[in-house]
Amino acid sequence: MQVNVATAEVGFPEKEELTFGFIKLTDMAPIAIAYENGYFEEEGLYVTIEAQANWKVLLDGVIDGRLDGAHMLAGQPIAATIGYGTKAHIITPFSMDLNGNAITVSNDIWAQMKPNIAKNADGKPVHPIKADSLKPVVDKYNEQGKPFKMGMVFPVSTHNYELRYWLAAGGIHPGFYAPHKGDTSGQLDAEAYLSVTPPPQMPSTLEAGTIYGYCVGEPWNQQAVFKGIGVPVVTDYEIWKDNPEKVFGITAEFAEKYPNTTIRLTRALIKAAKWLDENNNANRPAAVKILSQSNYVGADYDVIANSMTGTFEYEKGDKRAVPDFNVFFRYNATYPYYSDAIWYLTQMRRWGQISDDKPDTWYKEIAAKVYRPDIYAKAAQSLIDDKSIDAKHFPDFATETGFKKPQQHFIDDIVYDGSAPNAYINKFSIGLKQGDKL
Amino acid sequence: MTTIARLAQRLPMDKSAVTSLLAKSAAMSKALLLPLIGITVFLVFWSITANNINTSLGKFPGPVAVVAQFDGLYQEHNAEREKAAAFYERQQVRNDARLAADPSYQAKTRKYTGKETFFDQIVTSLITVMSGFILAAIIAIPMGIWMGLSKTVNAAVNPIVQIFKPVSPLAWLPLVTMVVSALYVSPDPMFSKSFINSMLTVTLCSLWPMVINTSIGVASIDSDLLNVSRVLRLSPLTHVQKIVLPASIPLIFTGMRLSLSVAWMVLIAAEMLAQNPGLGKFVWDEFQNGSSESLSRIMAAVIVIGFIGFLLDRGVLALQRWFSWEKSH
Repeated sequence: MQVNVATAEVGFPEKEELTFGFIKLTDMAPIAIAYENGYFEEEGLYVTIEAQANWKVLLDGVIDGRLDGAHMLAGQPIAATIGYGTKAHIITPFSMDLNGNAITVSNDIWAQMKPNIAKNADGKPVHPIKADSLKPVVDKYNEQGKPFKMGMVFPVSTHNYELRYWLAAGGIHPGFYAPHKGDTSGQLDAEAYLSVTPPPQMPSTLEAGTIYGYCVGEPWNQQAVFKGIGVPVVTDYEIWKDNPEKVFGITAEFAEKYPNTTIRLTRALIKAAKWLDENNNANRPAAVKILSQSNYVGADYDVIANSMTGTFEYEKGDKRAVPDFNVFFRYNATYPYYSDAIWYLTQMRRWGQISDDKPDTWYKEIAAKVYRPDIYAKAAQSLIDDKSIDAKHFPDFATETGFKKPQQHFIDDIVYDGSAPNAYINKFSIGLKQGDKL
Repeated sequence: MTTIARLAQRLPMDKSAVTSLLAKSAAMSKALLLPLIGITVFLVFWSITANNINTSLGKFPGPVAVVAQFDGLYQEHNAEREKAAAFYERQQVRNDARLAADPSYQAKTRKYTGKETFFDQIVTSLITVMSGFILAAIIAIPMGIWMGLSKTVNAAVNPIVQIFKPVSPLAWLPLVTMVVSALYVSPDPMFSKSFINSMLTVTLCSLWPMVINTSIGVASIDSDLLNVSRVLRLSPLTHVQKIVLPASIPLIFTGMRLSLSVAWMVLIAAEMLAQNPGLGKFVWDEFQNGSSESLSRIMAAVIVIGFIGFLLDRGVLALQRWFSWEKSH
């Protein structure tokens, strides 16, 4: 083992023994791969990886120092930093992936939705399926006075916002939060009632009939297909093409106290992400094998492989190609864009988690506080310098502003421009707008 | 049996010896046979029932699947040990390289960072439960003696004991976790927080049976013995040593047995909920995995948990026998 150039440049890690938390989901893959392929060790880091019971336990673990870092929902560092839920300054130097989620409904709900869905020539439903086809079902439940219940994984999860986005785009009101009145259930004025269930428990909760559908990451949608208890109706790729998903979260204090360790762990994660997407996903079967180990995701190989290898099985037997279902590296997936953070903030404002009106500058300030492309750039530059990864795989750090061009591929065709968050919020027909207060 | 009878015919033995031998072997076979029948009936019942339960993760595991799983768990353990050896080798190389580049570096061997196997988890759980239980005993037995000796103390403390006794570990755990996080801050802690959390939860839940039983044991000492102590004017310490302890040992041990079984149950629950290392975490991880093997692995853990609980109970019983034997000499 030789000490390479970058070691001299970045400097030895200040803290070598680290513990990282994760939730059993396929998008934790960069952490598992960085461990299994020895990328952490190459950086002089001795990492223990621990599965966590749910997102709350994981977040608390990072805040109280039991965990040094973790696979996090993009909304978690943002919400913690603005003080929604637990207050703590958490940052992210590394965005973990794009896409990777889906919305699943129970067999019973699917049977009721099916008549409202157009069919292809081969008799299979036309995708993407919009919530318009669910609307009559929800209306029926509401008329009978039965609440239409659905699950998501955490109040500030991507899944909560994706599910809300999809429902609202189909005219179903998912309810508001009103934290200033002490209402954090998110069910004010709701037509569909969303509640929290940890990811691995989604299929069993659906099976028990407690919820009628859910939004969760993989493999818990494909698991429903394998178990024959539900049907994934739409992937998040269809709700918003190449949407940012998980991030790697650490406390701001950790990054300050251990700058070399922070850069080194970022380097290891970048290498892992690259490996996952290399040669047109050629390494994915090997990755699936690792993820199916009981200490990582632990589900059966076949279940994980269904979505990780570029396909997705909707209704049983209806397997379609979705090559970008999981993106770990291409399209600059790992770069922490300010505009991604701002999108999450707009959704928090839209659904009332941020109860007061905020100026556009506030959105940018918060994004810059949480998303740290500066750390990412240092790690990436050192990888370029020691010729581990070619510069063409990264954004041009000299000119990168951290704002993606206005993005258009949303299920409701609304265009998102991260530089004008208030204007974006005003475009939605369902949700709080500039100046609104509950 | 027939062979024994035939042997007896050849050997120069009198009839009574043969009958006594036969009676002995009959008693022995009875002692072995009945549990054996019980276990066989249970296994058959388990197989049949398991075969008829279809879960969404496949059939409920029967005895055969569970036995196969033990083998799998053992193989996994060996594989992990090999990985650990490779890890230490790599670490050595890396440390040497760094020492060469930077002679002031304090090389340190870090513990293997890979996953804990089923057998590692068993060891972790055993250490945790014993630590929690011993800590509980250290607090509970003196407290129980004090309560037993003094009606005033008993009246004052008893309501608290009664209120805390029925509290579930699931209620203690969040409190313990938060308090430990706040108070147990050290850059290089001797014990991991998860260990302290599990241990304290176990202690909090297993205190009470020992306190109650000890205090009852002490309070119900024969008045003659107390009079003897009074006549001899024993000092309070000698009084406790010579009169109170020997007389209340049976009830103290009853309390300890109750406490240890509570401790073991609480530990598994705490590990499941808090994801602290141990058998409970193993069960919860497997439940979350939702793999086709998960159920048989959980069932294997259930059997091990039951078996260990049984052995722990026997252990305290043996200790009690040894103690009372010593007392009578």
